[in-house]
Amino acid sequence: MKDQKQKLVVIGNGMAGMRTIEELLSAVPDKYDITVFGAEPYGNYNRIMLSAVLAGDKTIEDIVINNRQWYIDNHITLHAGAAKAVISIERGIQKVIAKDGTTADYDRLLIATGSKAVVPDVVGNDLDGVISFRDIFDVNKMLAYSRSHKKAVVLGGGLLGLEAANGLVLRGMGVTVIHNNAVLLNRQLDKPAGQLLQTELEKKGIKFKMAAKLSSLVGDENNHITRVQFEDGSELDCDLFIMAIGVRPNIALAQQAGLYCERGIVVDDTLQSYDPSIYAVGECIQHRGDTFGLVAPLFEQAKVCANHLSAHGVAGYITLPTATKLKVTGIHLFSIGDFQGDTRTESLIFSDPALGIYKKLVLKNNKLVGAVLYGDTADGSWYQELLEQETNIATLRDGLIFGKTYAESIA
Amino acid sequence: MTKIIQTTCPYCGVGCGIKAKVNAEQHRLHISGDSTHPANFGRLCSKGSALGETIQLTNRLLQPRVYGRETSWMEALDLVANTFSEVIAKHGQDAVAFYGSGQLLTEDYYVANKLMKGFIGSGNMDTNSRLCMSSSVAGHKRAFGSDTVPNCYEDYEHAELIVLIGSNAAWCHPVSFQRIRAAKEANPALKVVVIDPRRTASCDIADLHLPLASGSDAWLFNGLLAYLYEHNALDVDYIAEHTQGFSKALGSTKHTLYSIEQIAEHCQLSVQDVQCFYEWFTSTNKILSLYSQGINQSSSGTDKVNAIINCHLATGKIGKIGSGPFSLTGQPNAMGGREVGGMANQLAAHIEFSDVDKVARFWNAPHTTKQAGLTAVDLFDAIHEGKIKAVWIMGTNPVVSLPNADKVKRALANCEFVVVSDCIANTDTTALAHVLLPAQGWSEKDGTVTNSERRISRQRALFKPAGVAKPDWWIITQIARRMGFETEFNYQNPVDIFREHAALSGFENNGQRDFDISAYAKISATEYDQFQPTQWPVNTQYPQGRARFFADGQFFTPSGKAQFIAVTPRLPVNQPTANYPLILNTGRLRDQWHTMTRTALAAKLNQHKPEPFVEIHPSDAAQYGVQANGLAHIESQWGSMIARVQLTENKRGIVFVPMHWTAQYASHGRMGALVNPVCDPISKQPESKHTPVRIRPYTPVWQGFILSRRELKITDVDYWIKSKNDGFYRYELAGETLPDDWRDCVRKNLCNSAAENSQWQDYQDSAKGIYRAAQLLNEQLETVIFIAADHHLPERSWLSSLFTKAELTKAERMALLTGSPPVGGANVGAIICACFNIGEKTIKAAIKENNLTTHQQVGQCLKAGTNCGSCIPEIKALFGVQT
Repeated sequence: MKDQKQKLVVIGNGMAGMRTIEELLSAVPDKYDITVFGAEPYGNYNRIMLSAVLAGDKTIEDIVINNRQWYIDNHITLHAGAAKAVISIERGIQKVIAKDGTTADYDRLLIATGSKAVVPDVVGNDLDGVISFRDIFDVNKMLAYSRSHKKAVVLGGGLLGLEAANGLVLRGMGVTVIHNNAVLLNRQLDKPAGQLLQTELEKKGIKFKMAAKLSSLVGDENNHITRVQFEDGSELDCDLFIMAIGVRPNIALAQQAGLYCERGIVVDDTLQSYDPSIYAVGECIQHRGDTFGLVAPLFEQAKVCANHLSAHGVAGYITLPTATKLKVTGIHLFSIGDFQGDTRTESLIFSDPALGIYKKLVLKNNKLVGAVLYGDTADGSWYQELLEQETNIATLRDGLIFGKTYAESIA
Repeated sequence: MTKIIQTTCPYCGVGCGIKAKVNAEQHRLHISGDSTHPANFGRLCSKGSALGETIQLTNRLLQPRVYGRETSWMEALDLVANTFSEVIAKHGQDAVAFYGSGQLLTEDYYVANKLMKGFIGSGNMDTNSRLCMSSSVAGHKRAFGSDTVPNCYEDYEHAELIVLIGSNAAWCHPVSFQRIRAAKEANPALKVVVIDPRRTASCDIADLHLPLASGSDAWLFNGLLAYLYEHNALDVDYIAEHTQGFSKALGSTKHTLYSIEQIAEHCQLSVQDVQCFYEWFTSTNKILSLYSQGINQSSSGTDKVNAIINCHLATGKIGKIGSGPFSLTGQPNAMGGREVGGMANQLAAHIEFSDVDKVARFWNAPHTTKQAGLTAVDLFDAIHEGKIKAVWIMGTNPVVSLPNADKVKRALANCEFVVVSDCIANTDTTALAHVLLPAQGWSEKDGTVTNSERRISRQRALFKPAGVAKPDWWIITQIARRMGFETEFNYQNPVDIFREHAALSGFENNGQRDFDISAYAKISATEYDQFQPTQWPVNTQYPQGRARFFADGQFFTPSGKAQFIAVTPRLPVNQPTANYPLILNTGRLRDQWHTMTRTALAAKLNQHKPEPFVEIHPSDAAQYGVQANGLAHIESQWGSMIARVQLTENKRGIVFVPMHWTAQYASHGRMGALVNPVCDPISKQPESKHTPVRIRPYTPVWQGFILSRRELKITDVDYWIKSKNDGFYRYELAGETLPDDWRDCVRKNLCNSAAENSQWQDYQDSAKGIYRAAQLLNEQLETVIFIAADHHLPERSWLSSLFTKAELTKAERMALLTGSPPVGGANVGAIICACFNIGEKTIKAAIKENNLTTHQQVGQCLKAGTNCGSCIPEIKALFGVQT
């Protein structure tokens, strides 16, 4: 019987890949012999909770989704660790090869290699003490630095950078965030919300150097970073430099295998790549021009991909606007869709700066197309629902910004 | 230390007794009805109950002012006396005038009249009672030979049919109305007929409402007289023995209309309704006809009064227990004013000009004027024409209340010398004065007033005067003395004046004059202080006073017989035209008094109707394109105003506006500007209930409101209404241009901009023209502003309630800019019961929850409607809208 099963190989033991497997197992538990390759020496863990580990709110154990026993229980062969990193996909013979020579044949291959941090193109970006914030290894390194060093600089005022900064401050380091825009989280927040956030983070002890352009990183005789220099001539002392200016799909392996890639591995609405036996999910893919950095679409991709791998074959993946949350204790923000708006949109804006509350809803043709909530995000999911379902909000409009309960009471 | 003082309410002519619990140290006052006073037996209306809130010093005139600068009494009095003397010397005595008020006490009124008519020697002393009562006075005098009210309040409890004619007593004489309601509840056989073009709150207890055509009353009562005749319902003996002119009067009814059908058609009533009214009048024994401004304020008001009186004379139903014609006076002392000759065509003590020598001899005033002076409208015309060069206005606000009020404003603006004595500093009239004299207010002065049933009561001082305010009698006598009449005006206190007044009433009277209180000619100061409410006459024949006149058939005409007056009904002078197709009716509201100078100080009185409004029939509204709750321009040939549109199922073709708003509280709320300056030829009372107007929408680009803990200086706003509330001021606003940025505009101009550390909440939906903001100071609400593109704004009630809170909860703060309580919280709705501050939503909820079916049950449940009771019609209306 076993021989009759198809072989599914997964490259990447991260959230997108394993969510796909979970979905697949719940749909067709016995369809595949599954083999998973992971470059990290763990089971599968919740990468987005790394910030909580750094901040001390969670331990690594807390964020494990599937430990090794789970793989055993589900008859999944797990090859985990640096030596098990896949170095080659032999598409002609449908086989993958790991660094240590481990191989696996596949009928279906799922690539879920995730993303890599973008490294700034400046002198000194290879110094010791210059790291990204992607995995448990990075977190452990940051924790080690925090015990022995004082001065951290985080490059990037996006979600990851701010979570890193918050964690390092909580671990006792002095932290300065460098951001190339005048507005923090400018991909998610408009100016008033960004300012509220900055004020609140400053209260937590984080310093900011905004709209700053990095010129170089300077190291000591041991090739360890000591200073950060800016184009305007100013400098910051630095023991630890975190790069958090975004991610890039990790497509080296796919490219090397000759799979069609642009910025990411190009997939269709079924998450199938240009090679019909190869699927891809997560931050490594490019779907209809979009690449991904947040968890919600990944889970949706996992669902659709599992649907096709299980041969049900009826689901189609659509990228929905994704809501953003910042995982910093005490900070509530929510952002979705086109929150800036343009000449064809209308805005509802509420603010109470003293309470640290700001809300902006962007409407177009009586539909909600974007929202920024800061300080009070209780109705975020309702707005998301209205936005996704393209509900006509004409009758709700006057109460919309005051939340679901009120708006529906007067509609 | 509190003490209890009995005094009298200073508002309407019911003249309710008040038990005032006074805390002099803290200048605090607790008001309750005086259960021993025969006018009210302990009842009070919403206005009277709120008197304690009007005694603050806000906007009080505390110091004499001359040409805008504060000065001493000495300088102000010298200036007034010298100027009046100079004007008289140069232009004659008719170049000066006094314009008084039914708010003056009898003693004040007496000396003012004595000075003008007896010593200055001019008849130019008129009063705002001209706007209110003069048609009744003229009608009384024509019929009875005297200005006598034949009946008394006790008749409410005895009548079997009460006819309210041109009277919304429910709002204008609430305590009388409550007595009638109680009488009807005690005796369900008592029928009430309301004759009024409007379906007013008084219709709540009506068995029959006759919404007659505006101004058609005389047809209805002429028709009644003919009907009584045709149905042999006359008191033939009474007519024969005690009256004259019946056949002429009856003849006049034949000249006009013949049949009920014709009368019904002319009055725009159904034949059945007219028939019903006539039948009831014919078949009922005890009939009381109560009439008020709907009759009086007419170019044929005197005739209308006589058309009513004719019916009572013809049936002998006059001055009998439960039967008679009964004029409800508007003001607290309109009657007292009439007793001392406060009107230009009267002399003191009901003495006629034909007997002027009696007055002249009594006063030792040989120059006493022998002829009547100018009446209100003519008097201000004479000021406008420059014939009157110096005028003294006492305790009234003619720039608001007179017809063609913009002309009155121009007249005073151009007058050489305008003196105003008042207790209030800023009124539309004080704004035009050269000299302002601070008079004592109601809670400070001493004297007497007479109510609608001829009952004299004391007003007593409760507090020390504010600032250097003086009694009106003192101010007048000081001027008189400075004008050279030292000995004739040498009074030391009100009782000195009262004694002289009483003595004059008995002077060479011999039963010839109805007004005789000679029993008080030697009243001691102590007796005066302890004076108990008594109905005049009070003389040797009636030492305890007299409840009713004329049942005995004794009248004060030369023949001793009552006179029927042949009435030829006339339409109001200015009829609607294509250009001005609607009729403007004006009147009072439940919770405001006159020009709001005092009632608007009481927060709870400003909640019932916070904004000037115009009632219009839905079909008329549709025809002229005005929307419910939208704003409308109302224009007459004489002036214009802006008011909030309220749709009411009254007669088509008639719109109604309240009379109260002034330039102090509204940018465009003065209805007097529109009213035609047309007067009754006999009484000279203006036709304030009938002016042709047109209406069109007023369409500002934004509308909104502000509630602010502090009084704001609202400038550069096209339309504004201000009202004081409990802990805050309310502004209703509208504008014709949008500011560049609401946020900036509000922070600079429309809030407490001086406040440091204030916190702001803002909500903006620019595309829809919505802007809302709240300013918080020390966790309390300081200002809240709501702006919209039109009148669709949330209710103010919940936001209003937040100003009494020491601190807002987070939930309240987050709900602020919705205008409603956090969902699940209580929103009381618009205030219905002003006495207990109970809102519409609270009442509706109680009705629903407890299955209440009567207003009494609502009263037991919530207390609503159990004090003054004037909100009962509105409570009852809520039963209908439950489902």
